[in-house]
Amino acid sequence: MEGQKETSVEEKYYIASQWQLMWRKFIKNKLAIVGGAILAIFYFIAIFCEFFSTYDPYKRTKNMYCPPQRIHFFDDKEGFHLSPFVFGIKKELDIESLKMTYTEDKTNKYPIHFFVHGDKYKLWNLFEADIHLLGVEKPGVLFLFGTDELGRDLFSRNLYASRISLSIGLVGVALSFVLGCILGGISGYFGGATDMVIQRIIEFLLSIPTIPLWMALSAALPREWSSIKVYFGITIILSLIGWCSLARVVRGKLISLREEDFTIAAKVAGATDVRIIVRHLIPSFFSYLIVSLTLSVPSMILGETSLSFLGLGIRPPAISWGTLLQDAQRVEVVVLYPWILIPGLFVILTVLSFNFVGDSLRDAADPYK
Amino acid sequence: MLSYIIRRFIYMIFLLLTVSVVSFIIIQLPPGDWLTTYIAQLQASGTQVDQAIIDSLKQQYGLDLPLSQQYFKWIWNMIHGNFGFSFTLNKPVSTLLAERLPLTITISLFTTIFIYTVAIPIGIYSAIHQYSLADYSLTVVGYIGLAIPNFLLALILMLMFYQYFGVNIGGLFSPQYLDAPWSIAKFIDMLKHLPAPIIVAGTAGTAGLIRVMRGCLLDELQKQYVITARAKGLTERTLLFKYPVRVAVNPIISTIGWILPSLVSGQTITEIVLSLPTVGPLLVQSLMRQDMYLAGDIVMILGFLTVIGTFISDLLLVWIDPRIRYEKKGV
Repeated sequence: MEGQKETSVEEKYYIASQWQLMWRKFIKNKLAIVGGAILAIFYFIAIFCEFFSTYDPYKRTKNMYCPPQRIHFFDDKEGFHLSPFVFGIKKELDIESLKMTYTEDKTNKYPIHFFVHGDKYKLWNLFEADIHLLGVEKPGVLFLFGTDELGRDLFSRNLYASRISLSIGLVGVALSFVLGCILGGISGYFGGATDMVIQRIIEFLLSIPTIPLWMALSAALPREWSSIKVYFGITIILSLIGWCSLARVVRGKLISLREEDFTIAAKVAGATDVRIIVRHLIPSFFSYLIVSLTLSVPSMILGETSLSFLGLGIRPPAISWGTLLQDAQRVEVVVLYPWILIPGLFVILTVLSFNFVGDSLRDAADPYK
Repeated sequence: MLSYIIRRFIYMIFLLLTVSVVSFIIIQLPPGDWLTTYIAQLQASGTQVDQAIIDSLKQQYGLDLPLSQQYFKWIWNMIHGNFGFSFTLNKPVSTLLAERLPLTITISLFTTIFIYTVAIPIGIYSAIHQYSLADYSLTVVGYIGLAIPNFLLALILMLMFYQYFGVNIGGLFSPQYLDAPWSIAKFIDMLKHLPAPIIVAGTAGTAGLIRVMRGCLLDELQKQYVITARAKGLTERTLLFKYPVRVAVNPIISTIGWILPSLVSGQTITEIVLSLPTVGPLLVQSLMRQDMYLAGDIVMILGFLTVIGTFISDLLLVWIDPRIRYEKKGV
């Protein structure tokens, strides 16, 4: 009886669905797991960025260009502390270079507390609250990533920026998904003249340099638009080109599947075109769609960052990684305050993670590998 | 083969036309026509605008005509060398482009050469030493190369040079040569400034190509003809370069078509960050000030360059890959 209940490992392999097989192959790739975990953490923080940030990202302080504070566990007198703390900051104005220099004030210790009351915020613009994950008691300050030229806390700004930069990738991909599926589907399933026209459009879009085109289009967004309108405008512009590769995948798969026995059987049985596409064709290449989608998110994020960096994308006061990096346009500034490059680190990490996950998914989705 | 080339040529013409239509749309995109904007600008700065001048400008650009006729007028003017007028810089667009375009083309050319000379050997090395330490580290470097936005790489490079050598690698000429006429010394000076933009603009392309080259060669190395050749006693080196590498290089050549657009794209950003005297910074400047004739023309020129470059690469492919030559003969 016992033996019959448990299916052997081998049997499990044979009865596993396509998705289970994919998942098994996927989790074998360590880099992809790490990438996936990083993305999960980033997106989670981006969703609750009000809570995770330490301050109001727009609040100006008198601490201009304060470097990131070091978090200490040891101090000279008492040795090891279980809870980390930061020292107070002492600023001095260098008369010659007119530059503020910050040093640690070892006499004042501010332990870092969890779930502290701080700046008020409205979570998702709905719920008012003032709880932040990390914080120190006043008059201490906690600048984990330092401050910018207006004394705004860069840690909080980075978190708020991740919300815009990360979501633009997803929203853009969602738009490209719809466009790519519809146009690629029409192109592949019906063929003929429609196919010709759509293929030419795709080739055209793929054969022109994207950045100049994006720049020109986003410069045409009216100046008086609100941040949210600009956000969607930029997303639409980015996805105008993003759908091409997806449409190609859809078309290629449809063309090969169109001739398969099960499609012909469905047709003979009297199924409508829409039903055949939705019920029979799309499920059989859905895994490829997901791969293609994952791999097209990074180019959207890079596109947004580049455009915003040039001042043609997301516009202040909205915060994205690109607008944060705008402050780093002059080398002289970066040399003095290298921490303003931190958003770049986030961009690289995100894109790397998406590429790892996407590549691993592609291998996992390929049944012949 | 001839029919293939002719077909490609017709297709190129079609693409060029589409690029020009898109550029024309870009010029028309901002609300109101540019003349109104221009006049408003002049009036804001206190200049009186003569109605006669306005009328003559309207006449010249055919602004009273319907859009489709404006487009043909625009193309017609362009064929005759009249690219329009940049109102913010107060110069004909053609003069501005003539100053900057040659340098842009030079950088693209060198970057393409850089990408291929770096990516192909590294790709081959990675493939024959699959799963070695070097292969892994090259893969990691490649991934990072793909993930770093161009402008960030440019910034980091500038930062490093500034910090360790105290030089600013921005620009394409040292200050003393900026306005100097062309001379050997100026040319050498330019060569010294070229590596930075080339490396920055070429990194993403190189990283991508290394992966393609490695993948293709790995596929080829498993094939039977390689085993046969090896069994016949060919030395490993002759074997490698005579057969699988030749086959594996073909997809690389044909990828110029997608490398070029992304190259021009990345190059534009690199140029802006490094403030090179090329068309990239000019584009961003014109867009910021809504100088749409200049912007539209630059987008069009960049598109043209890409399309023509792709066409040349297609010809190159026919020359390199005999299979295309013979296959297309029958069609």
